[in-house]
Amino acid sequence: MRGIPFFALLALLGSGGALAQSGTPAAAAPLAFGRAGPAKVSTGLRQRIDGCIACHGPHGQGGGSGGYAPRIGGKPAGYLYHQLQNFRDGRRAYPLMTWMVQYLPGAYMKEIAAYFASQSPPPPQPQVPMVTQATLDLGRRLVSMGDPARGVPACMACHGANLMGVEPDVPGLVGLTNDYISAQLGAFKQEIRRTKAPNCMHEVTSRLDGSEIGAVAAWLSSQPVPPGAKPAAAGSVKFPLRCGSIDGDG
Amino acid sequence: MRRKIFRGIVVLAVLGLAFVAWAVWMSGILHHGVPEQPATAGVAAPAAAVSAPGAWQEPQFASVIQRGKYLARAGDCVACHTARGGQPYAGGLATPTPFGTLYSPNITPDKQDGIGSWTEADFWRAMHDGIAPGNRLLYPVFPFTHFTRITRPDVDAIFAYLRSLPPVAKPDIHNQMPFPFNQRSTLVFWRALFFRPGEYKPDPKHSAEWNRGAYLVDGLGHCGMCHSAFNVLGATDQNAKLAGGLIPVQNWYAPALNSGSELGLGSWSTGELVQYLKTGVSLRGAAYGPMSDVVFHSLQHLSDGDLGAIATYLRSQSEKTSPSDRQRVEVSPELAAELVDQGRQIYVNHCAACHQLDGRGSGLQYPPLAGNPSIAMQPGTNAIRIVLLGGFQPGTKGNPRPYSMPPFAQLLNDHDVAAVVSYIRQAWGNKAPAVSPAVVGRFRQVPVD
Repeated sequence: MRGIPFFALLALLGSGGALAQSGTPAAAAPLAFGRAGPAKVSTGLRQRIDGCIACHGPHGQGGGSGGYAPRIGGKPAGYLYHQLQNFRDGRRAYPLMTWMVQYLPGAYMKEIAAYFASQSPPPPQPQVPMVTQATLDLGRRLVSMGDPARGVPACMACHGANLMGVEPDVPGLVGLTNDYISAQLGAFKQEIRRTKAPNCMHEVTSRLDGSEIGAVAAWLSSQPVPPGAKPAAAGSVKFPLRCGSIDGDG
Repeated sequence: MRRKIFRGIVVLAVLGLAFVAWAVWMSGILHHGVPEQPATAGVAAPAAAVSAPGAWQEPQFASVIQRGKYLARAGDCVACHTARGGQPYAGGLATPTPFGTLYSPNITPDKQDGIGSWTEADFWRAMHDGIAPGNRLLYPVFPFTHFTRITRPDVDAIFAYLRSLPPVAKPDIHNQMPFPFNQRSTLVFWRALFFRPGEYKPDPKHSAEWNRGAYLVDGLGHCGMCHSAFNVLGATDQNAKLAGGLIPVQNWYAPALNSGSELGLGSWSTGELVQYLKTGVSLRGAAYGPMSDVVFHSLQHLSDGDLGAIATYLRSQSEKTSPSDRQRVEVSPELAAELVDQGRQIYVNHCAACHQLDGRGSGLQYPPLAGNPSIAMQPGTNAIRIVLLGGFQPGTKGNPRPYSMPPFAQLLNDHDVAAVVSYIRQAWGNKAPAVSPAVVGRFRQVPVD
């Protein structure tokens, strides 16, 4: 968010004439989108996606939309592209995202996905949710080892040992908020969030109860993003489950 | 006395029966299988008069299926007959109306679930008369009131195209309509009052291009389904054709297309209008909301000749006013003045970087707000929604990497949104009343199915 007062200042400078007649410059301007003064319109992508940046930030650091908008910068491009398709086609249910992307051509979706995948937003401050140590321990166990007796694979088995995801289709799980992760796991369990078949995340989450989902979300959201960490290379992970989101193009 | 009452009842009964008989006769359901005119030479003349001059000679239209594909796009069939994320033309999209929620049917050639067992004559009767096989009266949410103007060769071509699609086994979803609207037989009255079948008759006073435009706008394109006001029975007011209207339930306002009022299409050049229809953007403004859907699925695929014909026809429309044209005053003069004053500052902070302090916007990227009819039209709800939700321009072949506007719903409260919308409705020569903060609150929900 450090860049925002800077943009706001530029916008205010660029519009000084109007300010003179309209009183105090609104110091309260929490966000100002776009550029200052006479529009210098670039044909670059950055200027075209103000609608994305409003909530996800210019580097995909997330945090808009009341803090809910997830960090998407640095996530694998294939994963991000699939999510745009999923919002368009109703496999994910967040009406504002569907509204945004429903009339975008596929090639443009890919370009937007590649833009955010190429970003390296600064590591966020991990938040440790108000949960017991026992809950965090349970979360850590499920994330790193799963529960083989119930056929629950470790998160790390697919999302990479450093939980930064795997190129090109598997998302990272650190740097996200507790609210966001628990909402996604719950939505997978209820099949409100879907992928192209087979929906492996539904298989996994349907074997977890609410408190286990809470524990996984709590532990993941309390983990720092290692500086400079990237998704694991394509082909470096042998996945224990078949997932439509990996080899089903969505 | 008693005899008088008896006589009165008899008279009423006779009148009632006569009315029902008239309604049934007028509704056209008895005309089953009787072609309006011989399906040969009789239709060839109007068909030729409204087909795009020379267009069908192009190689891509060598087959009747290819012509049908083009015509189906001009009719935007796919938009209603496809559920979100579903197979094209397999139906299942909900259309909420004041009379209940209707689900579009599967029109793929599946024998069980689609129209695979329909004949060409069945399809013609559905399109031309609004009656499906088995004398099933179709609800007018299916725009047969417009499609009846389409020529037989064009309807046959659309049928040939639909027959060429992969069949999809997907049963239709039952409409959710309360009594009496769930009784299709009640449609005989609606049809008697509001529906007259008949192919488009070219108007010899106008050019071939104008007639082609009329055929596309009032027939296949069924523009009036949104851009005209509905009466309480859900029928288009013929006296206010293309004079603008509120889309029921969705509450998007589709502006008047007749020149002079609202959009003032008469002042657009044909080129500007064609660019808007083809790419979704123009120096006058960009498509948004339901019009983005129309541009994305339908208009961007039309030939320049057809888009030019549409523009020619629309620009020639004489101005008619609909009741909704009158601007409603929502707030007191004192509150209006306060909103406009506060709105100026919000505009400077959040909007001017793209739309400019003078409201002129910038290129095709950032539409002008000064003189933009979407800002000043009645009601102010479209402008309110755009401020709340932002959005991308539709991505088209002519604008494949569209620009976007941030949503402000999380940033601005109802009062602030009302303030900035009120400001832009009165700045730079715009002349529209302020909008009420209470109205803003009703439009925070994102309008997607």
